[in-house]
Amino acid sequence: MRHALKTAPKVVDGSEAGQPVHPDFQHAQVKSLLTEATMRAERVEAVQFENLTLSYDRKPAVHHLSGAFEAGSLTAITGPNGAGKSTLLKAISGILYPDEGHIHFAGNVQPVGYLPQTAEIQRDIPMTALELVASGFWYGSGSFGGISAKMRGEAQKALASVGLAGFETCDLLSLSVGQFQRLLFARLAVQNAQLILLDEPFAAVDAQTTERLLELIHVWHAEGRTIICVLHDLEMIAREFPQCLLMARERIAWGASEEVLRPENLATAGHFHAAWTGHVEVCEQ
Amino acid sequence: MIETLLATLTDYFVTPFSDYGFMRRALAACLAISASAAPLGLFLMMRRMTLMGDAMSHAILPGVSLAFVVAGVSLWHMTFGGLIAGLLIAMIAGAISRYTPLKEDASFTGIYIIALALGVMMITARGSAIDLMHMLFGNVLAVDAPSLFLITGVASISVMTLAVIYRGLVMECCDPVFLMSVKGRGGLYHQIFLMLVVLNLVAAFQVLGTLMALGLMILPAISARFWVERLDSMLCLSVVLAIVASCIGLLLSYHVNVPSGPSIVLVAGGVYVLSLMIGRQGSILARYFPRKHYNLKETT
Repeated sequence: MRHALKTAPKVVDGSEAGQPVHPDFQHAQVKSLLTEATMRAERVEAVQFENLTLSYDRKPAVHHLSGAFEAGSLTAITGPNGAGKSTLLKAISGILYPDEGHIHFAGNVQPVGYLPQTAEIQRDIPMTALELVASGFWYGSGSFGGISAKMRGEAQKALASVGLAGFETCDLLSLSVGQFQRLLFARLAVQNAQLILLDEPFAAVDAQTTERLLELIHVWHAEGRTIICVLHDLEMIAREFPQCLLMARERIAWGASEEVLRPENLATAGHFHAAWTGHVEVCEQ
Repeated sequence: MIETLLATLTDYFVTPFSDYGFMRRALAACLAISASAAPLGLFLMMRRMTLMGDAMSHAILPGVSLAFVVAGVSLWHMTFGGLIAGLLIAMIAGAISRYTPLKEDASFTGIYIIALALGVMMITARGSAIDLMHMLFGNVLAVDAPSLFLITGVASISVMTLAVIYRGLVMECCDPVFLMSVKGRGGLYHQIFLMLVVLNLVAAFQVLGTLMALGLMILPAISARFWVERLDSMLCLSVVLAIVASCIGLLLSYHVNVPSGPSIVLVAGGVYVLSLMIGRQGSILARYFPRKHYNLKETT
């Protein structure tokens, strides 16, 4: 079973497989197709992996992964702890270099917007919420360029869109964990990236905030951006994310969420052993 | 009555500078160092690298000593030697901490202690105890016109460079992963910053000595943190505090006849202790006598 799925040549698509399609998926897919249709007649891959292996100290965290995220798709990545989900996002964002294989990007998706799992942000730096959001303009401003009044306005709008209006001059330290996560979403919004990577964005966030951030994700999706999100909440994936990649170091299933989240696939992922023990052969694959 | 008071004040605060050229040069040098070093100290503090700064100031010594052994007391040789040694050690230690599992503190400490031993051995093999004292604790009388040019030149370059890399450096302090994800050159900003620190330490070593050079960099910066919240206000306040400490310290060294390096650093230290006790942000006073909290109904 696992073998068959692993070598499935093409990404399974909900509509092609003739499965009942999630209404959100249909709606957004139509929209993203419309935006794409203006640029290109056929669908394009935003990010494509070719036999990708990523490892720490020679021990692979992602092993011989091939496949692609289509432009404008909204995909959840799930799998057990240590399955290489965050590692994969790091590689896409360019922080980690592949050991083997390649990552191909479509021309318009760089730079990526990346929200790491536990943002390694030193919050005792005397910086205001608005300044942190405005750092999302790095590509426009660089180290020395000015922040225009227009950029300032956009940053304020982004703050308001995540429910943080009035927090502009707040210290980073005085925000709660959930508020800070919203702040990082606001920065992602001003970054205006075509490819957005989210690593467990709803950890330590209350239900109301989660709803709000999910709304924002759907808005981005409707705008035709490619969104990849690491999540553990299978119900939420089935409900909100049309596409899903289930991985346990290797690809177990990739395609429409309801296909991927079948019990047999989850069972396969459950048998995954994160630890490397005993003698390990050099991979000849 | 008022006239005599004015005359006394002038005697104490103005005459030393108006009568003696070396005092004027020392003052100019200290003002320049204050303007460029104090902001760097603020970044050292934010990067949690104040101890690394200390290590770097010691690391300059072997370069200065080698130049002294080869060419005697020569401004340009000693400055050049100190610069090369400091930059080399900053780069090696920076590279070790970036590309190996050793953290910054460990790699810096490992290298600077070797450098300090090497420097002291070289001076004492060739020079006198006085030479060693001047190297370690500074000598205001040594500040002549060429070294003043050197100090002000370094200060100008350093302030301008810091202005260019300022935003990148703040982001590298605050959120290095983000900077990496937008292809910002965090490593480059960090290296440039380390070079500026070394440049300033070398420039300051004539007035303050290699062991005291860090004082005017760190003390005003950590004092400013107790008074204001915003980074820009901290930058301004740290420079002002450094200037105040320089002026009072120089006058103290003139009137009481003590070495200028330690007296400037001691005044800066006094400002720090005062800030620690009665500052507005997180001082001892603020801890035991907190200001009343806001009433939310009134503010929203």
